[in-house]
This record gives sequence, structure tokens and C-alpha cells, in this order.
Amino acid sequence: MTDTLTPVLTDNWDAERAWTMAAYEERGGYAALDKAFAMGPDAVITAVKDSGLRGRGGAGFPTGMKWGFIPQDNPRPKYLVVNADESEPGTCKDIPLMMATPHTLVEGVIVSSYAIRANTAFIYVRGEVLHVVRRLQRAVQEAYLAGHLGKNIHGSGYDLDLIVHAGAGAYICGEETALLEGLEGRRGQPRLRPPFPAVAGLYASPTVINNVESIASVPAILTEGAAWFASMGTEKSQGHGIFSLSGHITRPGQYEAPLGITLRQLIDLAGGMREGHELKFWTPGGSSTPLLTPEHLDVPLDFESVGAAGSMLGTRALQLFDETTCVVRAVLRWTEFYKHESCGKCTPCREGTWWLTQTLARLEKGQGTEEDLDLLLDQCDNILGRSFCALGDGATSPISSSIQHFRDEYLAHLTHGGCPFDPAASTAFVPAGADA
Amino acid sequence: MSHPTNGLDEKTWGELREIAARYPEARSGLLPMLHLVQSVEGRVTPEGIEACAEVLGISAAEVNGVATFYTMYKRKPVGDYHVGVCTNTLCAVMGGDLIFERLKEHLDVGNDETSEDGKITLEHIECNAACDYAPVMMVNWEFMDNQTPESAVQAIDDLRAGNPVHSTRGPQLCTWREAERVLAGFPDDRADEGPTAGPASLAGLKIARDNGWTAGTASSKGENA
Ligand SMILES: Cc1cc2nc3c(=O)[nH]c(=O)nc-3n(C[C@H](O)[C@H](O)[C@H](O)COP(=O)(O)O)c2cc1C
Ligand code: SF4
Ligand code: FES
Repeated sequence: MTDTLTPVLTDNWDAERAWTMAAYEERGGYAALDKAFAMGPDAVITAVKDSGLRGRGGAGFPTGMKWGFIPQDNPRPKYLVVNADESEPGTCKDIPLMMATPHTLVEGVIVSSYAIRANTAFIYVRGEVLHVVRRLQRAVQEAYLAGHLGKNIHGSGYDLDLIVHAGAGAYICGEETALLEGLEGRRGQPRLRPPFPAVAGLYASPTVINNVESIASVPAILTEGAAWFASMGTEKSQGHGIFSLSGHITRPGQYEAPLGITLRQLIDLAGGMREGHELKFWTPGGSSTPLLTPEHLDVPLDFESVGAAGSMLGTRALQLFDETTCVVRAVLRWTEFYKHESCGKCTPCREGTWWLTQTLARLEKGQGTEEDLDLLLDQCDNILGRSFCALGDGATSPISSSIQHFRDEYLAHLTHGGCPFDPAASTAFVPAGADA
Repeated sequence: MSHPTNGLDEKTWGELREIAARYPEARSGLLPMLHLVQSVEGRVTPEGIEACAEVLGISAAEVNGVATFYTMYKRKPVGDYHVGVCTNTLCAVMGGDLIFERLKEHLDVGNDETSEDGKITLEHIECNAACDYAPVMMVNWEFMDNQTPESAVQAIDDLRAGNPVHSTRGPQLCTWREAERVLAGFPDDRADEGPTAGPASLAGLKIARDNGWTAGTASSKGENA
């Protein structure tokens, strides 16, 4: 029987100075290196395939399969790029991971680079997290000094350089091809695919791009075994994942559990919704995943089940809002975010997100008409599936799902002539006992 | 190509070249190079753009196109402290909107403006990957978790008065220019300050410990030395 919570990546976050090499090695850190070198690169790829690990950055693509796409007969250098841009609203797992145990990521980078035969790897970390950048820089420096990075690592004949690269503020650079543009010193606008990065990525060379949590999961898969990893989770969504609870809950934070845990279980563990209030709506995996309601509390949080419920598992960014929250205000704010972050490359998203905010802002002020709801859905139709990248699609998720679940609340703004909610009642610092 | 052609000093020119040399292809250095320009100049200046262009052998227009794309690069001078209040949905609802309004009033500035004493530049920012600590404020991109309007005003008054202020999950706050230098890839040797993790990061782990729950790894079974 698997335990309810399964700390693996989070397991040493309560250790004294866990970010240091000394603390990491005391717990057997960097043991996966010699294991990998003894297995050989192909066997490492096979182990990751067998584990069932699927990308933890949102889309859930099988990691081992992605590595297998790297054409080894291509004479150009191969690259590994870690996506540490973590900017999807609600997502807050990679940042605490890199702050607490950057060595887990560095160890994962070494093993993963070895598997795909890369001799240069990058961690592209968003620039707006200074202390995380410091901890990564230090961890990489320590790993070089210890002989885990550089030439002839552990006498294996394998060489690897790892570069920590700080971004400069752009949500779109989390999209993997836009990230490559940023890493090449250009404006972060997505590239046309194909060719996929596995064939022509960084510097037009074969490149694997993986999320922080995906890469950090690799060392334990080697040391504990693929079968151990696959024994957790559900049939097609195997292993452990960090679930991030935020919002109107008693104990927000990071909860590492087998995939397939439910929100009801997580809320119970987290001490329930804040006292005297109840859940109204939530995102399962960031703002780009359609909103769900209390009706979906028992949906197993795995890729298939959340998909079947009409949303997406995404990054397991569970943002919880109680009945004091105006869904129209929430959706308008997310839409303003997408408008702000649209890279401008394609018309449906660039123009569409502008129109969406116009229409929504009118409704929020109680100035629109009921037809505006159909107009909104129409505008969403013109963006979804017609945009160049998934940012445009994501922008429509909160709108169409909120109209589906909360149509009456939009209408209430019209009859009320504005927002019927008191924004003070939803704050974290509302005086105890006060009510809307 | 090897001698300064404008106001940047010799050291900065050397460091710009040093950044470019870290990468398999020099142009990859552009983002960190612009961070370095900000740390030296207090913003992205025309001189800084020209220097990046010269080091990389590309046009100033190309550098400019990149500098205008990313929100962390600033055209107007930034104060000693850049204060970002998260007003993305989760933080906004949890109080970020009220905090931002309060700070605008307190500092008598609008969004992306600097207080008259040149100390504080205020901006509302997007989700900073700390939603479990909402509402969140960033000072020079260091976490100030679980803010209230009062705590935010207090932190800013302390900064303006020159009193030491600590990040809730990091070291004592440095200046914005010092922070930009670290982002350019020149470490300031302060990685060891601050905690391993904040309380919310440990919420699930604590419950697992209390219940004796593990993932059944060798180390959790005590088999690892
Ligand atoms: C707009 C947008 C933003 C994204 N942001 C991130 C991000 O911050 N971190 C991340 O790992 N993946 C992000 N992704 C997904 C990446 O494109 C890519 O799928 C992922 O990094 C692959 O890694 P994985 O297979 O390990 O999940 C984003 C995608 C889109 C469309
Ligand atoms: S969908 Fe939006 S973010 Fe993506 S390419 Fe088009 S404009 Fe850019
Ligand atoms: S919404 Fe503010 S940190 Fe995520």
C-alpha cells in the first residue's frame, strides 16, 4: 500500500542547510551518477521509460520517450535545457525545490545529460527569484569542485558543463521554443514546429527540454528503481508529484503525493478550507487549465481523470477560492495577464486577448448585456486552436469554464450594476469573524 | 573591438565579454549582459545597448528589440529598491490589490514610478511562483511572503530610513543594482543566508513525518547511511 503522502523530492527540505553539498551527500546524494555510468546511456533512457515518468511541466509527455527522440547519429552537439521558468499562475513547486535542494536538480541534470549524450546543459531560471539563482549558482560551483561536473566525471570519461542562465521576465519563455529563443539571446517568441527541438533545438542542434521537477525525479528512479517509481500513482500517471495548494485553505503549501490523490484528500490534509468558508472554484493545474467546482472534489488528480472531467492536470497548481471570491474578477485578472504576456507573434492571440479583456471589463462593471457572454464565447472560439502556441489556448480556459459553471454570476453583475462582492472579505487579513 | 568606445568603464567591458564567452554561441549571453548593464547603469542605457551590440557583433537595433521584450529591463532609472506587488488573481484576491493601492498612496506614485527620494520603484507584478505565501511582495526579486498592507508599508519605511530589512525566505535585502549583478552571473556569495524552506513549503512534509508516511525509498527506510 502506498502512503497518502510520499515525500521524495521534498524529503530533505526540512534538513539543516539542505542546499549545501555537505547536507546532500550526507543523505547519499550523487549516488545516481556511478549507477548511471555503470548502466550506460541507453539503459538510463530505458529505466526512465520503464518508470512511466511523464513531464511535470504541464503537458505530461513521457520523458523517456522524449529522450529517445534525440537522433544519436546526428553529428551536432546535443543539449539538455532545464525549464525553470515557472510562471504559470498558481504554479509554485520548482522554485521552493531549487531553493531547498538545488543539488537534486543538478544531479538529475548530470544523469539526464549523460543519457542523451549532451556535454553542455543549461538551467533557464526565471530572473525574478534572486535567492534561487544564488542557490543554483552555488550548487553548480560545488558540483564542479567535487568532480560531479567538468571533465571526466568520476573517472567515467564523460564531460559535462552546466550553465545557470537567468531570464528577464516573460511568461512566454516557459513555452519551450520561446525559451530557446531567449536562451539564444533573442525576443522570446515561439518557433514553428516541426522541426521539434529534439531534432533542431538550441543552436539548431538536438535538444531535450524538461521541467525542473521531471529532471529532479530522475536520480531516485535510478537509485530506487523504475518499478519503485511506477508502483506509485495510477495506471497511466505513475509516480509522485508535488501538489501546490494555495488560496483560501488553512495550510497552503507543497504536498508531495502519488498522482491520483484527490482534492478532497488534499484539503483534508491541509486542515480544510479557511474556517467558516467553503470551496467555490479551483484550478487543477494553473490558470490555463479550465476551472473546476466542488462537484469535482473526488476526481483523481492524474492526467486522464482530470482530462475526462473537462480540464487538465497541468502543473498541479491547485488554487482554491471560497465563496467570498468573485469569479468574474478572478477571470478578468487572468485575462489581463494573458493579454500582457501575449508575445504578439500571431493575430488570434494578440488581438483576441485584447478583445477578451475589453468585453470582460465591461461585464465586470455591470455595463454589458447578456449577449456579451455569447460574444465572449465567440471570441474564445476564434482563439482556441487558431493560435500559434498554447498561450492563446490557455487564455480561453478560465473564460469558457467560468461561463459554463457560473453564468448566473456574470448576469448578477448586470442586474447589480457592478460587482456584488466585497473584495475585503476574500483577503487573507480580513479580521476574524468579519463577513461579506 | 577591444577598446571601450563609450562611457562604460574598462571593467564592465571586460565583464560583458566574459559573459559572452560562457556560452557555446556568444549571443546567448545577451540576457545576462543586459542584467549587467542595469547593475552598472541603473537602467538599460543607450551606451549599454551599444556595448552589448559591439561585443556580440550585432546591431544596436537588435539589442534594443530584445531589451524591450522582457519586463525586467527598465528604461527609466530604478530606485535603490524595486518593489513588486503580485496582483495576479490568487494574490490579488488574497489582498495584493489592497497592498498595491496602499503603497501607491503611501509613496505617492503610480505603477512603475519611483518615489521622490529616488529610493523605491513600485510596480505590480505577475505570479512569482509563491502563491502558497499569498499575498506576496518582491523587493529586488527577494520574497516578502504573507504580506499585509501594514507589513508592506513598514518594510518600505524601513528601507527608506536605511534600516536593515530581511527577506522572509532569504538574506538581508541588497540594492537593486547588486541584485542585477547576481542575475548577470556574478555571485555575491550570499547563498548560505536565509532558511532552506519557508513554512508553507514544508506543510506536506510535516504531515508525512507526523504520520510516518514515506515513499519507501532506501533512505526513508533508514538503509542509507
Ligand atoms: C505559455 C506556456 C508557458 C509554459 N511555462 C512553462 C514553465 O514555466 N515551466 C515548464 O516546465 N514548462 C512550461 N511550459 C511547458 C513547456 O512548453 C514544455 O512542455 C515543458 O517544459 C516540457 O517539459 P516536461 O516534459 O518535463 O514537462 C509552458 C508552456 C506554455 C505554452
Ligand atoms: S499564441 Fe500568443 S504567445 Fe503564442 S505565439 Fe501567438 S501571440 Fe505569441
Ligand atoms: S499569484 Fe502571486 S505569487 Fe502566484
